Amino acid sequence: MEQILDVIIAKYNYWIYITLMMIGLFGVIAKNNLVKKIVGMSIFQTAIILFFVSMGMKRGATIPIVMHDHGAHGPIQAVDYINPLPHVLMLTAIVVAVSTLGVALALAVKVYKKYGTLEEDEILEQIRKS
Amino acid sequence: MTDHLPAFIVAVPLLTAFLVFALGWLRRELCFPVGLLGLGLAAWSCVGLLLEVLGSGPVTYRLGGWEAPWGIEYFVDTLNGMVLAAISVSAFIHWIWSAPAVKLQFQDRLGAIYGLQLLFVTGLLGMTITGDAFNLYVLLEIASITAYALIAMGEQRAALSSLNYVFMGTVGACFYLLGVGYLYIMTGTLNMADLARLLTGLHGSRAIQVAFVITMVGLWLKMAFFPLHGWLPNAYSHAPSPVSALIAPLMTKVMVYVMIRIDLYVFGPAYSFQKLGMDRAVVWLAVIAVIMGSIMALAQKNLKRMLTYVILVEVGYMVGGFWLGNRSGMTGAILHLLNDVFMTLGAFMAVGNLLYRLPGCSFGELRDVFSKMPFSMGALVATALSIVGVPPTCGFFSKWYLLLGALEAGQYGFLIALIFSSLISVVLFFRVFEGAFFRAQTHENAHHQPDHTMEEAPVQMVVPLLVVAAGLVALGIFSAEIVSTIVEPVIPPAFF
Repeated sequence: MEQILDVIIAKYNYWIYITLMMIGLFGVIAKNNLVKKIVGMSIFQTAIILFFVSMGMKRGATIPIVMHDHGAHGPIQAVDYINPLPHVLMLTAIVVAVSTLGVALALAVKVYKKYGTLEEDEILEQIRKS
Repeated sequence: MTDHLPAFIVAVPLLTAFLVFALGWLRRELCFPVGLLGLGLAAWSCVGLLLEVLGSGPVTYRLGGWEAPWGIEYFVDTLNGMVLAAISVSAFIHWIWSAPAVKLQFQDRLGAIYGLQLLFVTGLLGMTITGDAFNLYVLLEIASITAYALIAMGEQRAALSSLNYVFMGTVGACFYLLGVGYLYIMTGTLNMADLARLLTGLHGSRAIQVAFVITMVGLWLKMAFFPLHGWLPNAYSHAPSPVSALIAPLMTKVMVYVMIRIDLYVFGPAYSFQKLGMDRAVVWLAVIAVIMGSIMALAQKNLKRMLTYVILVEVGYMVGGFWLGNRSGMTGAILHLLNDVFMTLGAFMAVGNLLYRLPGCSFGELRDVFSKMPFSMGALVATALSIVGVPPTCGFFSKWYLLLGALEAGQYGFLIALIFSSLISVVLFFRVFEGAFFRAQTHENAHHQPDHTMEEAPVQMVVPLLVVAAGLVALGIFSAEIVSTIVEPVIPPAFF
């Protein structure tokens, strides 16, 4: 039992992202309301963003801006700085996530105008009748 | 100037897209010629690049002059040179063809639909040309988001189908991104060539295995490989016909290309085929995809919807052929990728022509359409022959390589599935043509003189369709040259 706890605690960031991702996937697949599905999709994307951000992190490191630049106190140690690349990638991924969310919400509005409801089973009922 | 051709290919349609968006407000009648110019320039650059690659070997281009592992690198060999040329040429033909239908349906939204079409093509071209795993994700999302918007421009159920596509597509793209994240943890690079070099030492790693499987699942979701195909039929059949003729041929095929690129040039054939040992399972999945796709296509009563299931079958061919893991199978898959772009383009363009005149394209509404629209139906017959695989057309040659590959690999299940689906597609198209050849026999008709008035779609829609139909035969005739100059050099020597 303690061993399992150690494994979980040592890599807690991965466990958090997996949990969040599964919550999001559950929302996309199992929820009946279209807005809830969109929320699930958003959680799913955010989980991956958290995963990327956490992997650039280093213990005891600082923000990736080179200090002591003017005096040149010895060589720059990469260990002292957080890896900025995953964070930069995630700026792009956040923009992508926002635009997907925007398109999805716009489509939800269009669906609502057409069927007057956002519950998927009611929409399917209407389609079957017509 | 030819040094910057790779950058041109993405930059020109991108800038034209924004220009066309703006022209949609200012001078609506200029949208079409400006887009035509942009796509023409892109097609010219792609073909020029392909010729350059054929002459002097693969081209690498560093965006902004940044060195490879830090900056974004564009890499073109004959494989993606061929895909680039196929995308840009078919988008150019589609642009000319779609103008009358777009004008009819989207008179007030010309800027929006034309701009989105150009952005969609930009995303596909960028995805094909890039040599950077993360850049691929971004361009994949550009192509997907524009596809969602384009599909939602249809009527009736289009918005709902598009929303379902959004959910599935986002999950697929996120899986791909997750796989890239694992690769980045293990190697610290995103450049594909660099990844391939560093991954050779990491074949035993569990994290790489997870990365491989997650990436593949993401890509299969985007290309609608059988158990993950749920979004495709609704999205493509409810999209407006000018849009589905653009998205249906290109999106799934480019995703198949990405799978080939990732497997052969990032993970490497030694890892994908020998180390992992999942190739037989994937071929069996493809067998199920081909058979189920054929059966579901048989159950449809609408031509456009039937063709969406034919796409599922074609995806099954390509994935299965690729995972056979021998030279013939891989040749067949790559050749089929090229052929299928034009086969699907021809089929959906013909449906677009029919829908320009007819209220719908369920089998009942297609009665007597042969005498009304002989040219469109003739072209549809040509594409149908190609999809079935009749010799002078290109479909035959790629299927032949696939059959050879299945025999060599001893995958008789795939062999049977190929033959079964070919027979089913004979039945599928025969049903359509039989119905369309005879007029509806009602008692009133029997007394009236039969009217043989032709109601063909506009010339601007018929001529590009006939060009595509002729192109199918030309691709078939030149298939030996295509295989020896384009397909053979890109298959790694590990396959014999």
